[in-house]
Amino acid sequence: MTKSNRSKGIDYWLPKLVLSPTIAITTVFIYGFIFLTAALSVTDEPLMTIFSLTNPNIDFTFDFVGLDHYVKLFENDRWNGALLNLGIFGVLFIGICMIVGLIFAILLDQNIRAEGALRTIYLYPMALSFIVTGTVWKWILNPTVGIEKFMQDIGFTSFTFDWIVDPQMAIYTVVIAGIWQSSGFVMAIFLAGLRGIDTSIIKAAQLDGASLFSVYTRIIIPSMRPVFFSAFVMLAHIAIKSFDLIMALTGGGPGNATDVPAIFMYQFSFTRSQYDMGATSAMIMLMGVAAILIPYLYSELRGEKQ
Amino acid sequence: MFKKTLLAMALGGTIAATAQAGEVEVLHWWTSGGEAKSIAVLKEMVNDAGHSWKDFAVAGGGGENAYTVLRSRAVSGNAPASAQIKGLEIQEWGDLGFLADLSDVAEDNNWDSILPAVVSDVMKHDGKFVAAPVNVHRVNWMWANKAVLEEHGVKAPTSLDELWAASDKLKAAGITPIAHGGQPWQDATTFESIVLAVGGADFFSQVFVDHDQAALESDTMKTAFEEFGKVKQYIDKGAPGRDWNVATGMVIKGEAAFQFMGDWAKGEFSAAGKQPGADYYCLPFPGTEGEFTFNIDSLAMFKQRSSENEEAQMKMAELILSPEFQDVFNMNKGSIPVRLDQDMSGFDSCAQASMDTFKATSASGEGLVPSMAHGMSTTSAIQGAIYDVATDFFNSDMSADEAVLKLSRAVRAAQ
Repeated sequence: MTKSNRSKGIDYWLPKLVLSPTIAITTVFIYGFIFLTAALSVTDEPLMTIFSLTNPNIDFTFDFVGLDHYVKLFENDRWNGALLNLGIFGVLFIGICMIVGLIFAILLDQNIRAEGALRTIYLYPMALSFIVTGTVWKWILNPTVGIEKFMQDIGFTSFTFDWIVDPQMAIYTVVIAGIWQSSGFVMAIFLAGLRGIDTSIIKAAQLDGASLFSVYTRIIIPSMRPVFFSAFVMLAHIAIKSFDLIMALTGGGPGNATDVPAIFMYQFSFTRSQYDMGATSAMIMLMGVAAILIPYLYSELRGEKQ
Repeated sequence: MFKKTLLAMALGGTIAATAQAGEVEVLHWWTSGGEAKSIAVLKEMVNDAGHSWKDFAVAGGGGENAYTVLRSRAVSGNAPASAQIKGLEIQEWGDLGFLADLSDVAEDNNWDSILPAVVSDVMKHDGKFVAAPVNVHRVNWMWANKAVLEEHGVKAPTSLDELWAASDKLKAAGITPIAHGGQPWQDATTFESIVLAVGGADFFSQVFVDHDQAALESDTMKTAFEEFGKVKQYIDKGAPGRDWNVATGMVIKGEAAFQFMGDWAKGEFSAAGKQPGADYYCLPFPGTEGEFTFNIDSLAMFKQRSSENEEAQMKMAELILSPEFQDVFNMNKGSIPVRLDQDMSGFDSCAQASMDTFKATSASGEGLVPSMAHGMSTTSAIQGAIYDVATDFFNSDMSADEAVLKLSRAVRAAQ
């Protein structure tokens, strides 16, 4: 009796004991710092608040200014430009990645030869870091060394492709590089989704005389709704966090033409010492991610209960 | 047993370290060829003085990465002995109480009399020296390829109008007139030189030091933006994102005629084996002759916990201003010494011309202005706001009227 109780006790406590360091670290370094950032976004002099926290000789200072910094942030032209860029990038990147990924997945699903090799080829860009992708595409797209020069050298002298140096078009080059990197990954997710569908339904549909096209549009794609949702959530947070790809590809330029909130946040916090703007923009980005993740988590958890 | 050995080793290590003479840890971003060579001289001198040097180089042109590292080190109470900080940043660190007092070294070595007032003002916080200046850069230079100018019969322009005329001629001949690197700091460097050319030194100070709203919204400012906009038609397609030294390379190779860049560009010419006067010209930016936009690099000293390290730190501060170091460092880096009494005979003609202008302007008090683009004239927040407008203007179809409004609004918001 006592023995079984004790062993039950160990079983009960061991997982909690093993997990507790992770939970403690997560609490402090993720949720703690989210809270700190939130606090810094509503204090008058964030730098003084940080110093008074870390330096015992200084009195703790915290001047609550409400949403002043948020108002100031949305009056900043550069921030609004960054938001617009994120909107363009996010919509195109997520949309095209999904379409390209789905098409590739469906094509690969046709029991073709060398599927394994093709799958690896399409998935391979995902193995590169965004820095590598950005640097390579920077060279490819640069009009003085890349595609434009190549085409002109082989005889198409009027060929121009200078989006990367055109402030109006530069954001679309980021979309191109992003899609190149991520669509293979989306393809892999969709392929797994396609393979997970019960083949008996498809066979039944084919027996009823449904064409391949209507099998896909009526049965397969609708039944992959959760897969679409997962892919969307993953791509959306890549888009909102996008920083390294743009830094490597355009450095936010020409001018600030490819500025996005993550770059804005980094520059204002760390190169301009404007921690108020940095913390505020970080909070807005967090809210953006939360707006996508919370409905997702909600539906997932609700699904589990059912 | 094994643990004990480890412990003994660890203890032994600590004892050995503290028994040594002081150590100076220097955070800097002098990492490119000529710069790295320059700072290695200081390392050698510190070592010769019996102290040890701990190099803490963080690469990344404008020092952005280094500042990020420095902030996190300082906030965690572990600041290096010395860091490459300049301009108003020195005051910001001083206000937070991080910087060491160098008054004794300064007094022993007469810093007040050998340094021009504009330089020592930047190095002092609350009337006490907290940083040692290593060099003076002149920002308002224009570099020109001599062979290209001669081949196309263009003489060195001395005003903006002459510059545009020369550029038109070169463009027609198929040469890129202006080698430009489209990065915000390079846009701002060109912009401030044009403001100086259009408005003169007093106007420059009103705009970039005092942030006078009337001056910011004035017609002079509008003209400056219009002139700045003209640069766009004389640069090549590859400009966006190009590093400054690549742009210098275009002038060296004769692919482009001019570059607007501070005197650090000279290092690139020297490295390519080019001679001033024979292969290239160093000219004041057109319309700014007799004026001097200064950019002073300095090493600020942080308060130290151990007295050995403090001693080493003070020794280094003294060495930085020694004529020997000033000589070697500045010859390598392309800048000029900060000491007014320095013997300039070993320097090239560009540096001598720069020194003459520097002495003349600091003696008369006219024409010597702090560079906005290089953080000497204003806080990083306002500097950033000006960068944003200048670079936005340069990379869009924004009109000069709109740019003036945006500039005054952005500066006001950042104040």
